[in-house]
Amino acid sequence: MQKMLGNKKAYWIFVIPAFVIYLVMAFVPIAMSGYYSTMQWDGIGEKIFIGIDNYLKLIKNEAFLLSARNSLILAIASIIGQLIPALFFALVLARKVKGEKVYRTIYFIPVLLSTVVIGQLFLKIYNPDYGALNALLQSFGFQGQDWLGDKRFVLASSLFPIVWQYIGYHMLILYTGIKSVPADIYEAAQIDGANERQMAFHVTIPLIKSTMKVSLTFAVIGSLKLFDLIWVLTKGGPLHASEVPSTLMYTSIFSRMEYGMGSAMAIFIVLECLFFYFLIEKCFKVENITY
Amino acid sequence: MKKIKPTKVLLHIVLAAFAVVQIYPLLFLLFFSLKDNNEIYSGNVMGLPKEFHWSNYQNALFNANVGHYLLNSIFVTLIVIVVSDILACMVSYAIARMRVKANHIIKPFFSIGLMIPLHAVLLPVFIMLRNLKMLDTYQAIIIPYIAFALPMAIFFMIGFFQVLPLELEESAFLDGCGIFRTFFTIILPLVKPALATISIFTFLSTWNEMMFAITFINSEKYRTLTVGIMQMVGQYTTDWGTMGAGLVVATLPTVVIYLLFSNQVQSGMVAGAVKG
Repeated sequence: MQKMLGNKKAYWIFVIPAFVIYLVMAFVPIAMSGYYSTMQWDGIGEKIFIGIDNYLKLIKNEAFLLSARNSLILAIASIIGQLIPALFFALVLARKVKGEKVYRTIYFIPVLLSTVVIGQLFLKIYNPDYGALNALLQSFGFQGQDWLGDKRFVLASSLFPIVWQYIGYHMLILYTGIKSVPADIYEAAQIDGANERQMAFHVTIPLIKSTMKVSLTFAVIGSLKLFDLIWVLTKGGPLHASEVPSTLMYTSIFSRMEYGMGSAMAIFIVLECLFFYFLIEKCFKVENITY
Repeated sequence: MKKIKPTKVLLHIVLAAFAVVQIYPLLFLLFFSLKDNNEIYSGNVMGLPKEFHWSNYQNALFNANVGHYLLNSIFVTLIVIVVSDILACMVSYAIARMRVKANHIIKPFFSIGLMIPLHAVLLPVFIMLRNLKMLDTYQAIIIPYIAFALPMAIFFMIGFFQVLPLELEESAFLDGCGIFRTFFTIILPLVKPALATISIFTFLSTWNEMMFAITFINSEKYRTLTVGIMQMVGQYTTDWGTMGAGLVVATLPTVVIYLLFSNQVQSGMVAGAVKG
């Protein structure tokens, strides 16, 4: 037996292909990003080593600070706009409502759509002349707006679709968590005379804390990494009003040819994600519950 | 007569209203993909089309080349799913079942991978592909997609392999099977359900990926749907119907798969979340 499962040659035959492809496509590039971030480089000419200058410039760069602020606003909007409705619907659907499966199926549909499609769709909804939103407002006698062209509205307008899209995702994560709580716990609570609301707040929510933490982590880290939707809707404009770090990184690299600065932004995004990951881990330390 | 509680009615109104909010944008898309500009510009933006302009679809598929992009997306996605499934199965079997010291390095290697965002590798991979003269080819996206499908697939498959009884290998060994025959003829057939789950997960992330696609692919020939649609925008901004038809074509495969396998898709999408 040990001869078979301890077969080193076989082990490496199983592991090597994936190991090599992942090393070359993920770990080597991360190291390269770190290396480029210490350089002043336009991608063609000589690389000049400048140490941490790119990072120092970064924290004084107004557009970048604005983009970082926007991504934090999105993180907060996601926590409030996604997790609260998601928790509500998960609690309701997990308690055997009529049509549970139909609702669950429908709520999840936006999650499957490509961001390119959602972006194009919302470009049509926000269209100032013929868009659905302005048509709706005008039918109630309000004035239409240029939702993506106006600095006052662009951030809210471009963050809304992303919050909307992932409510169903968090709903399903929390729903699955709730479903894994054994039914006899509810029966016991019911015998003790607890009503639905008491059960939700005193039984279910305390028991699914670890699932809620997963949801929270995904919402925050997903917000910090957001790229696709902003790129489709506004490319960060007008005047950086809807900029997020990854769109700024993209334009720095591919439009302004600032390879070093762009790499510093990439590394910043990685570190920011790690920071919030560990922050959430630390703030919401929950022991794993086994039944 | 059964008594109907008012709170229950209210609850169902809320549930139904939210269902409308989630599904209406998709219907809006379906509606305008069948309208012509006259109808939209004369005020019917939101409602059902008065006339069904199926020619929008013909226009999108053939004149705007969405048909070609669709085939490219199918081709790329299929290869990525098959290759990453095979690689992930091999690695996770080795990690979950085999007793080799190197496991202490190999396992964390792929778990750390779960944390790496695509942004962080975009430029170096771009430069690598440029130096290898591989930009603007199918491989330019297929290889990175395979790499980034691996951590999630491995993570999920390890959990699945770990719960298989050890007697499987024991009896195979006693029957004189080697490790490879055991793996391919005894173990692999048992993990089909798990493979379905990770294939769906890989399908969705590959089909919808945008950042790599718009950066590494440019020419008409290799464009997948996400790139194709981004490029279509310039030309068809004012032609709502054709644009809409293109978006519907890009979305249809996902929605069909979802309606056929909604349970697997749902469990696939939350698999990583609930375990991690």
